[in-house]
Amino acid sequence: MIRYLLARLLTFVPTFLGVTLISFAFIRVLPGDPIIVMAGERGLTEERYAELVTQFGFDKPLPVQFWTYLTGVLQGDLGVSYVTKRPVWDEFFALFPATLELSLCAIVFAIAIGLPAGVIAAVNRGKLFDRALMSTALVGYSMPIFWWALLLIIVFSGNLGWTPVSGRMGLLYFFEPVTGFMLIDSVLSGQSGAFGSAVRHLILPTIVLGTIPLAVIARQTRSAMLEVLSEDYIRTARAKGLSPLRVNGLHALRNAMIPVVTVIGLSVGTLLAGAILTETIFSWPGIGKWMVDSIFRRDYPVVQGGLLLIASMVMVVNLTVDILYGFINPKIRARK
Amino acid sequence: MSVALRQGPLAEFWYYFRENRGAVIGLWVFAAFAFVALFAPLLAPYDPTQQFRQSVLLPPAWIAGGDWAFPLGTDPLGRDMLSRLIHGARYSFFVGIVVVVVAASGGILLGLIAGFSPRWLDSLIMRLMDVILAFPSLLLALVLVAILGPSLTNAMIAIALVLQPHYVRLTRASVLSERTRDYVVSARVAGARLPRLMFVTVLPNCLAPIIVQAALSFSTAILDAAALGFLGMGAQPPTPEWGTMLAEAREFILRAWWVVTFPGVAILVTVLAINLMGDGLRDALDPKLKRS
Repeated sequence: MIRYLLARLLTFVPTFLGVTLISFAFIRVLPGDPIIVMAGERGLTEERYAELVTQFGFDKPLPVQFWTYLTGVLQGDLGVSYVTKRPVWDEFFALFPATLELSLCAIVFAIAIGLPAGVIAAVNRGKLFDRALMSTALVGYSMPIFWWALLLIIVFSGNLGWTPVSGRMGLLYFFEPVTGFMLIDSVLSGQSGAFGSAVRHLILPTIVLGTIPLAVIARQTRSAMLEVLSEDYIRTARAKGLSPLRVNGLHALRNAMIPVVTVIGLSVGTLLAGAILTETIFSWPGIGKWMVDSIFRRDYPVVQGGLLLIASMVMVVNLTVDILYGFINPKIRARK
Repeated sequence: MSVALRQGPLAEFWYYFRENRGAVIGLWVFAAFAFVALFAPLLAPYDPTQQFRQSVLLPPAWIAGGDWAFPLGTDPLGRDMLSRLIHGARYSFFVGIVVVVVAASGGILLGLIAGFSPRWLDSLIMRLMDVILAFPSLLLALVLVAILGPSLTNAMIAIALVLQPHYVRLTRASVLSERTRDYVVSARVAGARLPRLMFVTVLPNCLAPIIVQAALSFSTAILDAAALGFLGMGAQPPTPEWGTMLAEAREFILRAWWVVTFPGVAILVTVLAINLMGDGLRDALDPKLKRS
């Protein structure tokens, strides 16, 4: 097991270096002179320009610049935003709870509906319910979520007036963030109605972001269940006279969960990519919208740092899933 | 079943593909989409950028206030929705073809090299692919387009680059399992050189999963290009690209549902048809799932 752990950790190091190198390279090939954007001064004199070049280390050879950047990154220094002049690291962690809250709600929504739907479809294989469900899942899987968001806004915000169009909280309420999670902070604030407002703001973004993971989980659960249901031990369990609920829910689902858990773990990348679109449409103040805004503002340190942090997060989650998988399934660690 | 097995591989493939009704429907819709894309200028009633200033934001013809001259209504600039949607099919089809060709050819080549090369080169290529896969694909494409400058061509390059590691992994995995088979060893013993071994001996036997992946990335390419267009980083207005049309229509969502609804329906139907086809392809090509 220790060898497996070490082997997995060892592949992590070069990938992390590569990710850092790519994020580092972007700032040097982006259009526009970073010095001029960074200084934010009009009519920059040549002396001042040269001074800034030295200040930001752009006169050093590229390998030296990369080394400086890498050592900075490892100490948690990702540079300072051109626009807000705040450290990228602080900005990221101020906005991250918003994205995390939305993503958690989306994945809970996806699991709560997708998992039972997949199980019921597998048990009723080939029947009308199965076919209807799998057709719906394929539609969900093919959905352009930015359009789906607009449709939901038309119906639920425009026609029915049930949900707000954007943001995380109604304008009537104000309180200092404690955890960064609106659902928790609104309760802590003690203001009546604040929690309801937080929930109403969350509904549409959650559905939009959860749609594709929901479809993937439903399809994956169904196929994993079908595979398990044809095993001998299921037939034995049935022959022993156990109730269908016990056979399907306990015996089959437990083993079918292994591939499903992997899919859930690996959907972090999908969620973060989806968050870019969802947050932009709903003006959700998270890291997805932050990245898009920074790209348009040419705020290079933010783009660079955000890219690195997001990729690192995906890598850490994938690594964790892999290692957990090694714990659950001894076949995998034996293979190496 | 025995009838199918005696026929050629193509007939056998069709035999299994035909059994999946969804896949056949998908194939027909995709054929219609390709037809519309190829003959867009002949099919569209108007030029997609022509503005009819006296008929701005007309609803679809079957709704009160609509005009049969503009069956699906007009957009905020008085352009015919139907003509724009028909021309939009061209861009999506083009994006799909270019992205799949570029991503697949690059990916297959790298995958073959990785599968046949010494260990250090194999590791180098695969770690490089891991790096690309560590970024959420849309985010990486977005940043790449920001660097290259927003346009449809750059969006296609970015999407192709982001989708390519999947082909590398698939090809490499198949190569590694085929490489030690008897038929490859005998070709090597018979004196086949490396390029022949790679492209003529091994590659045809690795194609099944790659074809399925091609169908999947065709739909991903259309979705991602539309998403980039929607974010303002893909095709630029007045190009009638479906995602760009949605971005232009956003401020009218509560006043004119049709300018928002139709481009999205077009994207969804196309992507759905391709995914249905892809599912059918997978079932027909995957020998494990074959019922024979």
